[in-house]
Amino acid sequence: MADVSKPEELVQIDHVPPASGWMDTPVRIQPGIHLYPAKASSLEYVGMPLPTTKEWSPLDETWPLPDNWVEIVLEGLRTRLDRFRSLRIFMDVCVRCGACADKCHFFIGSGDPKNMPVLRAELLRSVYRKDFTLAGKVLGKIAGARKLTPEVLKEWWYYFFQCTECRRCSVFCPYGIDTAEITIIGRELINLLGLNADWIQTPVANCYRTGNHLGIQPHAFKDMIDFFVDEIEGITGVRVNPSFNRKGAEILFITPSGDVFADPGTYTCMGYLILFHYLESLGLDITWSTYASEGGNFGFFTSHEMMKRLNAKMYAEAKRLGVKWILGGECGHMWRVIQQYMDTMNGPADFLQEPVSPITGTRFENARSTKMVHITEFTADLIKNKKLKLDPARNDDVVVTYHDSCNPARGMGLLEEPRYVIRNVCNHFYEMPENTIREQTFCCGSGAGLNAGENMELRMRGGFPRANAVRYVHQKHGVNMLACVCAIDRAALPPLMEYWVPEVGVTGVHELVGNALVLDGEKQRTTNLRAEPIGGMEEDEDV
Amino acid sequence: MNVWICIGIPLVVVGALVVVALGGALLNLQLIFGVIVPYLAFAAFLVGFIYRVVRWGRSPVPFRIPTVCGQQKSLPWIKASYLESPYTKWGVVWRMALEILFFRSLFRNTAMELKTGPKLIYGSSKWLWIAALAFHYSFLTVVVRHLRFFAEPYPALIHLIESLDGFLQVGAPGVMISGLVLLGAVGFLFLRRVVLPQLRYISLPADYFPLFVIGAVAASGILLRYFTKVDVVAVKQLMMGLVTFQPKIPDGIGSLFYVHLFLVSVLIAYFPWSKLMHMGGVFLSPTRNLPNNSRAVRHVNPWNYPVPVHTYEEYEEEFRDKMIEAGLPVEKE
Repeated sequence: MADVSKPEELVQIDHVPPASGWMDTPVRIQPGIHLYPAKASSLEYVGMPLPTTKEWSPLDETWPLPDNWVEIVLEGLRTRLDRFRSLRIFMDVCVRCGACADKCHFFIGSGDPKNMPVLRAELLRSVYRKDFTLAGKVLGKIAGARKLTPEVLKEWWYYFFQCTECRRCSVFCPYGIDTAEITIIGRELINLLGLNADWIQTPVANCYRTGNHLGIQPHAFKDMIDFFVDEIEGITGVRVNPSFNRKGAEILFITPSGDVFADPGTYTCMGYLILFHYLESLGLDITWSTYASEGGNFGFFTSHEMMKRLNAKMYAEAKRLGVKWILGGECGHMWRVIQQYMDTMNGPADFLQEPVSPITGTRFENARSTKMVHITEFTADLIKNKKLKLDPARNDDVVVTYHDSCNPARGMGLLEEPRYVIRNVCNHFYEMPENTIREQTFCCGSGAGLNAGENMELRMRGGFPRANAVRYVHQKHGVNMLACVCAIDRAALPPLMEYWVPEVGVTGVHELVGNALVLDGEKQRTTNLRAEPIGGMEEDEDV
Repeated sequence: MNVWICIGIPLVVVGALVVVALGGALLNLQLIFGVIVPYLAFAAFLVGFIYRVVRWGRSPVPFRIPTVCGQQKSLPWIKASYLESPYTKWGVVWRMALEILFFRSLFRNTAMELKTGPKLIYGSSKWLWIAALAFHYSFLTVVVRHLRFFAEPYPALIHLIESLDGFLQVGAPGVMISGLVLLGAVGFLFLRRVVLPQLRYISLPADYFPLFVIGAVAASGILLRYFTKVDVVAVKQLMMGLVTFQPKIPDGIGSLFYVHLFLVSVLIAYFPWSKLMHMGGVFLSPTRNLPNNSRAVRHVNPWNYPVPVHTYEEYEEEFRDKMIEAGLPVEKE
């Protein structure tokens, strides 16, 4: 993180807007904040529009736009106004009361007034007024309208990629105006011109081809899991035995590929494997898939259509394998897609059955149509029914707080399930202040495709409110571990913690489960899943 | 836009409206300002309001996207939040009622403060919520009270509201609290817009204009009631004439009344074409008026269309050899 200035400098934030009005302040695209443009090959692979030149930079004076680009964008906007009531209402009803202004982590961390959710929406709304409302057509700027110019387009590009679609502002808006809707549709419009971001588009192309964002091919995916199997055997003395692409299994398991390939998600993945092994003798019949090897969906950060195209693999694979239902791993936006889009887009899943836990017999009625259950719902049910032998003391080295990932919190209302699991597998758990958790949770600052390397300053700024709340419990309660149920969190929070609160690590909830779960025939565990010695165990032996 | 322009333009416009109405009354154009303009304004309001709501309604709700603000309904032993994460139709009705009647979301408002350390603090900030409630409810009371001019005999409910509103029993005619609260709330909302730098920055002329018009309506109303003591019998005659479509202009109504009536006409004619339509929009907001049950009950998107996907067969075709080598099952050997 050499290119980001020190925290003490970064935190010199001025939240008072400049003297010149926002329409009169031209956009200044800054390195460290902006993303890199999408590679042409990643656009071509999924048949999305291309810019007029393959190589371009957001810092260029002139952007590669076709002659009729204004027409393309306005036509795109018209189509979306006719398709989404949300967009139409949100364009019309904002009263600019300002309640959202200081709710956005990017505004809090940057002070850039165009990161106030209201202004982010006004960037689009001003163009809407100019071309779709009478007042805007007649009165122009006085009515808050402005023409779509290359400058405006640059502003859209810059600020729609400074929004993580976390929906915190929507909680506070008296009309529920959801900036995620604005950003999602704003990005769709930009994408009509081929001006995507690479950190989003390349995972999209990878996922389309190989089934996961990282482009892991089937054999390599299996290799990686096999590696975890060896690791687990080394730590626990028990050899777990996952299966892949197995027809006739009862349950299909899908988790973000980040869990398979990036620390500390890998430890969470080991946690899943240990849990599944434990449950095997109790009747769990579960398979992994290499084809649907991605829970996350970067298509969601591209367009509704791309989201649907990538998501289709889940049901397709469930159908091909003939499973009864699907279990989903810990991931944020993956779960927003499953909860609020999947069944509508790619359902009805009438070839699946209402999920029933084979171990406890619990029917997951809340998932009776979509037929997909969140793993913390599944595990919470197991613990409640006393099906798991747990030794929470094995997690005594960690003092845990829980970060509600934006989408499971505000897209699902998954608040108690992960907390219940954590409380049962850990002895030391403390909540962050109430204005920073649950439905008011702060984003990691890197969601919705922003967890790239080139925009590290933006990420550190956007994650500042989250980090600040972690720092508070770190100082007050000695918290040294931040638990979450999101793969982007597990990728984004470690550098954020390193920058703002270096003493705190990051973990998935099922890593903690994996540590606490007592397997039949396991050896005395001396290390946790990270191969770090367990302090408490040694002390116990002395007693 | 420069703040002086943002405030200046609507201020000049409202001033001009007052002058126009005064001039009209002095030039004996009562027929225009007392009959024609109110009819036109009411027609514009009706047509505009319906047009806007129909326009919104014609765009479908493709996805069920509530902003969930509480615990979901999942396992039976986890207490679900009926109001903040509604999972039934009635839950949604309650959530909407809280939002519309009590401004639930504004009640949540916090104010962020960055202190040295660095330390972020989120204090409770209820002023906007209080002012919004004061503004909307006093306005509603004023509107309901005015129904006495439109009905003969007027309903008991209006009597009741009047006596509550005038419970102070001060002065003659008795002071109605609602008018004063309305004027005060408008003043507060204006000052807030001007004083808070972030709010000043996001404000448009379209944010100041309704405040000025409503302020002028309230002020002229207060003048009419307490100071010029308008002939309410004559006003009622005029209004009853309008609602029974037998308009006639009674004598003895001062020109200030026509200012008041003209500003109200402008306000209602402006209403459907402006942000004031949040009154209708709040009912239709998909992040608030849908239950959080989309995994239990399938939501249908009317324009859902087929998309190209990368099928398993294509996938296996590309990776078959590697899959076989790794011992992964394949469809075609």
